[in-house]
Amino acid sequence: MTHPQKTVEKSAVRQTTVTESVAWIDRIPRPVAMVLLMVIFLLLWQLVYELRLISPIILSTPLETIYDLFYVGKNILSGDYMLVALWVTTQEVLLGFAIAIALGFLLGLLVGETAFGERAVLPYLVAINAMPKVAFAPLFVSWLGFGIASKVALSSFIAIFPVIVGTAAGLHATDENERMLFRTMGATRWQTLVKLKLPTGMPHFFAGLKNAAVLVVVGAVVGEFLGGGKGFGELIRVAASQLNTPRVFSLIIYLSFLGLATFWAVIWLQHKLVFWHKETVAEQTFE
Amino acid sequence: MSMEVACSPAGLPGRPVYELLGVSKTFAKRNVHALDNIDLSLTEGGFSAIIGPSGCGKSTLLKIMAGLLSPSEGSVVLSGEPVTGPRRDIGMMFQQATLFPWRTTIENVVLPIEIREGKRAALAKYGDAKALLELVGLQDFEQVYPNELSGGMAQRAAICRMLITEPTVLVLDEPFSALDELTRDFMNMELQRICQERNATTFLVTHSIPEAVILSDVVYVMSPRPGCIAEAVPVDLPRPRTLEMMVAPRFGEFVKRIRELLDKGAFL
Repeated sequence: MTHPQKTVEKSAVRQTTVTESVAWIDRIPRPVAMVLLMVIFLLLWQLVYELRLISPIILSTPLETIYDLFYVGKNILSGDYMLVALWVTTQEVLLGFAIAIALGFLLGLLVGETAFGERAVLPYLVAINAMPKVAFAPLFVSWLGFGIASKVALSSFIAIFPVIVGTAAGLHATDENERMLFRTMGATRWQTLVKLKLPTGMPHFFAGLKNAAVLVVVGAVVGEFLGGGKGFGELIRVAASQLNTPRVFSLIIYLSFLGLATFWAVIWLQHKLVFWHKETVAEQTFE
Repeated sequence: MSMEVACSPAGLPGRPVYELLGVSKTFAKRNVHALDNIDLSLTEGGFSAIIGPSGCGKSTLLKIMAGLLSPSEGSVVLSGEPVTGPRRDIGMMFQQATLFPWRTTIENVVLPIEIREGKRAALAKYGDAKALLELVGLQDFEQVYPNELSGGMAQRAAICRMLITEPTVLVLDEPFSALDELTRDFMNMELQRICQERNATTFLVTHSIPEAVILSDVVYVMSPRPGCIAEAVPVDLPRPRTLEMMVAPRFGEFVKRIRELLDKGAFL
């Protein structure tokens, strides 16, 4: 092996460059890529309209939808009836979420921490989870009436299962070494739970919360479809029955902000509480 | 035993601290005879290692010594008191550092105190914890979370956590086997220094013959099914041991001797 002299001419040294080929489509920066996809989608939509593939009575144009988006936005911002409806749904979502978290956590503890819970309670939870939960909506309406309570019940009922699963899975996430270490330190069961199992399970718990955050909105809106009331779901139902497609679309878009807000709230909380755990595709995608 | 040893001679009979007498363990459910008639005596300030093929009952022995498992027969006595459960005078360390990522290094170190005596007692131990971190060279990492520590640094912190309760005996279960070879050699020398400084009575479980020889005063060779001690090999290399000793002929003789015992055991 000879060492190359410093005086060697540049041209004499053969440059070794590895060129990695990246397709042109993967070189588009994210903002451009996102806008591009949206434009393609809107153009296709317009095309479907122009070619009359679907009757114009039931499919609006993108432009009409955008106009309506502004109309609904103005209505909400000026505090008109749509804001009232949005607030009703927001209340349902928040209450439903709170109940799902509290009850789901307790049931998760029961199932994940006690042998009785795992033996006796878990099979029933699995069975109930396998049922189409939306089908319970009429029952909730007949039990709790057409007011907000039946929607809260349905949304927490739908959203509770990911919380239970997340909590229970989290409690099982400790490894043999960690449990042995706690035993050698003479830790009580309570100490092991609070100082080892719960913190270790936090990422799983939050994964469950993220799923639940999306499901509570589903529960609230389905509850409104089936049980009436004064929420956003009711506005959608009315607009749809009037074949007012642009209105349905714009209401759905505003509703999705509610879902995103709860989802982001969960992610924010996770960042504060589970600061040591860095990952999850969702976090990377939504930030 | 050789007489020309200048420094503190190895294997010198001192005051016995931890004594196992006729310890046997049978798992009735699985009908496994894991340990058979184990006699062990750890003397004060001494370093003993146990080595044996996998499945020879080392981890069962270790759990018995840590008070996590009771023997089927025999007595386990530490400082005159029978071991009936986990005790604060037994310090344990495992292959993995198992530091908890939501606690800073120093919070991890005082965890055993927090669990045994509560948060206030743990806070009162911060001074001791800092001294220990300094002992292992982690004084600048007190407030750092474990995910910022390297593997070797994490194991140093685990050493501090083991020492914070001022245990009488240290039980080490392959403590550095997850580290790379270079770090491992270095950590072994650190371990020797710490044990000597604190005059700790140490019991090491390992799969590495050179590691056992370089650290120990006595190496117990185990043979499997049922696990029993085939022979106790005293290692009278002078202290402090250095890594250079690993290439000395005498070192090689000890390694060879243990190797032969293990090979013999394996084919029995």
